[in-house]
Amino acid sequence: MTRPATARWSLFLFVLPALAVYLLFAVVPLFSSIVMSFFDTDGEAGNLFVGLSNYVYLFTQPVVSARFWNALANSAKYFAVHVIVEVPIGLLLAALLTSGVLRRSEGVYRTLLFIPATLSVVIVGFIWRLIINPLWGLVGFPLLGNPSTALTTISLMSVWQYVGIPMVFLYSALLAVPNDLVEASRLDGASPWRIFWDIKFPLIVPQFGLIVILTFIWTFNGFDLVFALNGSAPGPNYSTDILGTFFYRSFFGSSGQVADLDIGATVATVIFTIMLLVTGGYFWLVQRRLRAHMV
Amino acid sequence: MTTLDIARPQTIGASRDARRWTLERIVVHVALIAFVVLALGPIFVVILNSFKTTPAIFNGPFALPTPETFNLQGYARVLSRGNFFGNYANSLIVTLSSVALTVVFSTLAAYALVEYRIRIVPYLAAFFIVGVMLPIRLGTIPIIKTMVALGIMDTLLSLILVYTAMSIPLAVTLMMTYFRTVPSELKEAARMDGANEWQTFLIALPLVRPGLAAVATVSMLPIWNDLWFPLILAPGRANQTVTLGVQQFVGQFLNDYPALLAALTLGAVPLVLLFTVFSRQFIRGLSQGYGK
Repeated sequence: MTRPATARWSLFLFVLPALAVYLLFAVVPLFSSIVMSFFDTDGEAGNLFVGLSNYVYLFTQPVVSARFWNALANSAKYFAVHVIVEVPIGLLLAALLTSGVLRRSEGVYRTLLFIPATLSVVIVGFIWRLIINPLWGLVGFPLLGNPSTALTTISLMSVWQYVGIPMVFLYSALLAVPNDLVEASRLDGASPWRIFWDIKFPLIVPQFGLIVILTFIWTFNGFDLVFALNGSAPGPNYSTDILGTFFYRSFFGSSGQVADLDIGATVATVIFTIMLLVTGGYFWLVQRRLRAHMV
Repeated sequence: MTTLDIARPQTIGASRDARRWTLERIVVHVALIAFVVLALGPIFVVILNSFKTTPAIFNGPFALPTPETFNLQGYARVLSRGNFFGNYANSLIVTLSSVALTVVFSTLAAYALVEYRIRIVPYLAAFFIVGVMLPIRLGTIPIIKTMVALGIMDTLLSLILVYTAMSIPLAVTLMMTYFRTVPSELKEAARMDGANEWQTFLIALPLVRPGLAAVATVSMLPIWNDLWFPLILAPGRANQTVTLGVQQFVGQFLNDYPALLAALTLGAVPLVLLFTVFSRQFIRGLSQGYGK
């Protein structure tokens, strides 16, 4: 064993570079956002503590607060489409890949199905915009131009792109299911359907839960696809405005909205709080109980 | 236990009896092929049409280019009007530097977090692991202030620092799983022979080489494809990455379809190729990194 003094000193030196960069450019900025949300930093008086007045502005200024709730509702819809469409298809693909009837083709399918996830959202957005362009004749209806279909259309583009991620996650989880269990019930005459739902799926429920919560985090951080397609004030009439674009406007400004770094920090803090509550709640309530069942 | 072990290869052999096309196999292949077509079809349509003339694109979007409709004008216009070589160079510099820093820093940190049993270590490890879920974009405003204070706003360096910070948590988490597989006898033997901690680390390093590949591939993708930070931290024309360059080019040439499709193709091809080559490492990295 290493002597404690040596160990302490080496630990410090080995961890320092990673810790410093991670702290300075990820953790500290996130928490200074929270601090900033209680200050007025661009006034003439320098940094002025203003208590909750940034929050009061965000939630009571009629236009800003309406836009915020609209963006929150749209982010929730964006997430819902991913959970309802992307995760189940990912599960289906993972189940097909691990059904035991594929041989060498398993790896080929897995790689090909993941390719859209390697594209940048800018490219995905334009590929789909071209394909659903009425000029091409595939769809005669302006899916992106109509407030009632625009957000779902963008969500489905994102689902098309990222379905490989839950697939790969659940695929790895399914590979870890002991083969003995599966073979035993196969010999008992169980159908592939029963084998999946009675044996395999219960064993990967924790990973299934994890991919749902990661999808939540990723979709609530969403920005790129909406921005690439519709810019920073995503229309029609803000119907595709999500928290990411709302946050961007709050500190970058756009036509009709003044940029304010402190309000931006306030928006960031509110989004962070929502994510923390949902993620924290999930881990305390669901994942812990699942672990207890597994043991 | 032994009977099971002996029986298994036979049952597997029997139930998957080699190349027999059972109904189950056919259904699985047909379903997967359908999904592959859905996944790759749109990409092919874009690549295909990027080699055609504008009238040919609209007259038959799904037709292969013929000698009459074959056309490289789109590529010519992208390469002359856009700043593609500059954008590629920027993306390469940013991605390679960030990935290199991430690999080096996270390997060092993960080694120490696995190796030294001090009371603070579990907390430090947890601190990195939690970062996997941290929405770093929400810290953008203080990041802008930091970059302004450091005088590196609108430089590639600002992107490299942020991307390294963004990639470190997943990389450390991943590398820890790999270092746990290094037998401690190896490290103890090295220390017995008088190796210092740094030399012991270098002896363990070759054993985690698959981990290095996994970390590199997993961190590369979100960096290359990111739009948020290039847009905010390095929007100047000289510092644009491919993702931002394509975004702006496409915004300006909305009606020049061959050029647009060529820009999309040029933006997509490098990572698709890279991923296809390293897909195994990538998939392993992704599932192990987040699976903790």
